[in-house]
Amino acid sequence: MTRLMTLLTGRLPIGWLQLAHSRTRLIAALAGVAFANILVFVQLGILGSLNDSTTAPYTLFGGDIMISSVDANTLLDGSNVSRVRLFQALAVTGVSDATALYIENVEWSRPDGGTSTLQTVGLDPKAAGFVPPHLSDTMLQLLLPNTILLDSGTRGLPTAALDGVTSATPYRLELSGQAVSAIGTVRIGGGFTADGSIYASDQTFLNLFPNRSSAAPNHILVNVEDGVDPAVVVERLQEALPGDVVKIGTKADVAAADLAYQTTERPTGIIFGFGVIIGVIVGIVIVYQVLSTDVADHLREYATFKAMGYAQRFFLGIVLEEAVILAVLGFIPGALISWGIYTGMSVATGLPLELGPDRALLVLVGTILACVVSGVIATRRLAAADPADLF
Amino acid sequence: MARDMDNTMDVAIAVNGLDHYFGTGEARKQAIFDVNLRVERGKLTILMGPSGSGKTTVLTLMGCLREVQEGSVNLLGTELNGATEAQLIGLRRRLGFIFQAHNLHESLTATQNVLMGLQVHGRGDDRKQIAAAHHMLALLGLEDRLNYLPGSLSGGQKQRVAIARALVSNPDIVFADEPTAALDKDSGRTVVEMLKALGQERGTTTVMVTHDNRILELADRIVTLEEGRLVKDEFPRGQSLKLVRATET
Ligand SMILES: Nc1ncnc2c1ncn2[C@@H]1O[C@H](COP(=O)(O)OP(=O)(O)O)[C@@H](O)[C@H]1O
Ligand SMILES: [Mg+2]
Repeated sequence: MTRLMTLLTGRLPIGWLQLAHSRTRLIAALAGVAFANILVFVQLGILGSLNDSTTAPYTLFGGDIMISSVDANTLLDGSNVSRVRLFQALAVTGVSDATALYIENVEWSRPDGGTSTLQTVGLDPKAAGFVPPHLSDTMLQLLLPNTILLDSGTRGLPTAALDGVTSATPYRLELSGQAVSAIGTVRIGGGFTADGSIYASDQTFLNLFPNRSSAAPNHILVNVEDGVDPAVVVERLQEALPGDVVKIGTKADVAAADLAYQTTERPTGIIFGFGVIIGVIVGIVIVYQVLSTDVADHLREYATFKAMGYAQRFFLGIVLEEAVILAVLGFIPGALISWGIYTGMSVATGLPLELGPDRALLVLVGTILACVVSGVIATRRLAAADPADLF
Repeated sequence: MARDMDNTMDVAIAVNGLDHYFGTGEARKQAIFDVNLRVERGKLTILMGPSGSGKTTVLTLMGCLREVQEGSVNLLGTELNGATEAQLIGLRRRLGFIFQAHNLHESLTATQNVLMGLQVHGRGDDRKQIAAAHHMLALLGLEDRLNYLPGSLSGGQKQRVAIARALVSNPDIVFADEPTAALDKDSGRTVVEMLKALGQERGTTTVMVTHDNRILELADRIVTLEEGRLVKDEFPRGQSLKLVRATET
């Protein structure tokens, strides 16, 4: 290690030697960095789970464009849209197809006595252009009345409860006082507004929710003709349909607007965002403390080097070397422990919590930056002082 | 004054009208009062005086370790009052410092500590530098402690490593501030004798603060400070008359 570091730094690897010299001090410093990492990872994880659970239901249906009520901010809130809009949309140039999307929450009293709120998505199985590819095989089986696909990630449902469920060996449950058969599964998982999802045909949906009408779905999904830019069709639809009743956007834009609403306008989202900010600030403070303590611990030794004629550059080099080593070595246990916490939290809450490479890289780079900047600030004291005052 | 300096080639350090203050505002207190001193090249000059008389302050002012506030310190031909950081760094590399506490780097071995004294001049051939460090440590009787960390060396051994580090790059001037204070009598004596011998051999100018009476006999010149003022300037061996004259001009 020392020889490798000598090659890398082109001098005695004093930063590394210093760190390796005092085990307890190194462990304390690494614990500090790791703790800062864990703090940020957990806060990012919670915010991320809100993001993931918000966008996941959008994978249950296709469509290039969505027509929603003007007062709709999410999939579920807002008024219903008149089916008339569907026919009006079909008349617009560039539109190839349109279908109705129904969404409603239902309470399920689970066999174990608990209750789960299930977000039920109803879609016409024959509207092939709107069924996502991974569901197209099972979709037609849903034409049988009161058959559904049940979310295998439903909060409160044992992980393996739905293993091996098919149309021949369905999982039977009761919803809204009716016997329903789950003949397959989807995987969405719990979020902040529901514990899981159900996927059903529009007919089954209307059976389960007798107060809902086929004349008033939640959203209209629109596909455009091959080679036509959806954004252009959105503009045409906006001209053709009354803007005071419906709003129109590409599916991606609607999902993004939903996410923005959840994270910036609803209390949970704002609190989680704030948690990330606090986590980052506390993390930076911890990392700065670790680096400045380390510089202070070695100030006498640095002052001796300064007295010998070493320039500020040299001390920056040592501290940067330490900063990078601490950031990387602290990140490893920090990320591992965070991964454990994610797994535990995910099991306990049923929320989607995954420590992906993007987030890991973000935290690692952020930690290195925080360490480096802290180190640079901490060495400024050395630059300003006369060596004689530091002995 | 400066022209005079340039012509007097055997003067290593010229101090003129040096004042120094510590603290700011109300707490500002003068520690050094109008010190004038010329240190001759190649000689051992000893600074004496009671504790708190300003010996360390004068030494660190001459050694570029403290910013000169008032008066002039001309070190090896460069004025320190108002010197740039780059000038200071350049000068520091021509000095060797031995401190009261050894100030070795705790995580570096004896050899690595001495190497730090060489590498400040740039990294040359690794093997040559290591050989030079080993040679220096051997001269100080540490040939079997080359790869020891300071933590496993005795006080006298640590101070000898510090001397090796200060001398390894053949500095023009060596400053030593009570180098034996932390040592027992025998190892203190050994350390100073080694310092003196190596300095003489290389023609190094040495300025040392010490209380140790037995070391005084080794000195070419003894300067005494009291309460921040230079009160006595003795030449125990009667030489350096020229320097006295130079001071009088
Ligand atoms: N860093 C400092 N801050 C304030 N006062 C100091 C400082 N260093 C020294 N002094 C004061 O300056 C005077 C001279 O100190 P010093 O040069 O250390 O004396 P000596 O080395 O002769 O014992 C003393 O009165 C001391 O209290
Ligand atoms: Mg002193």
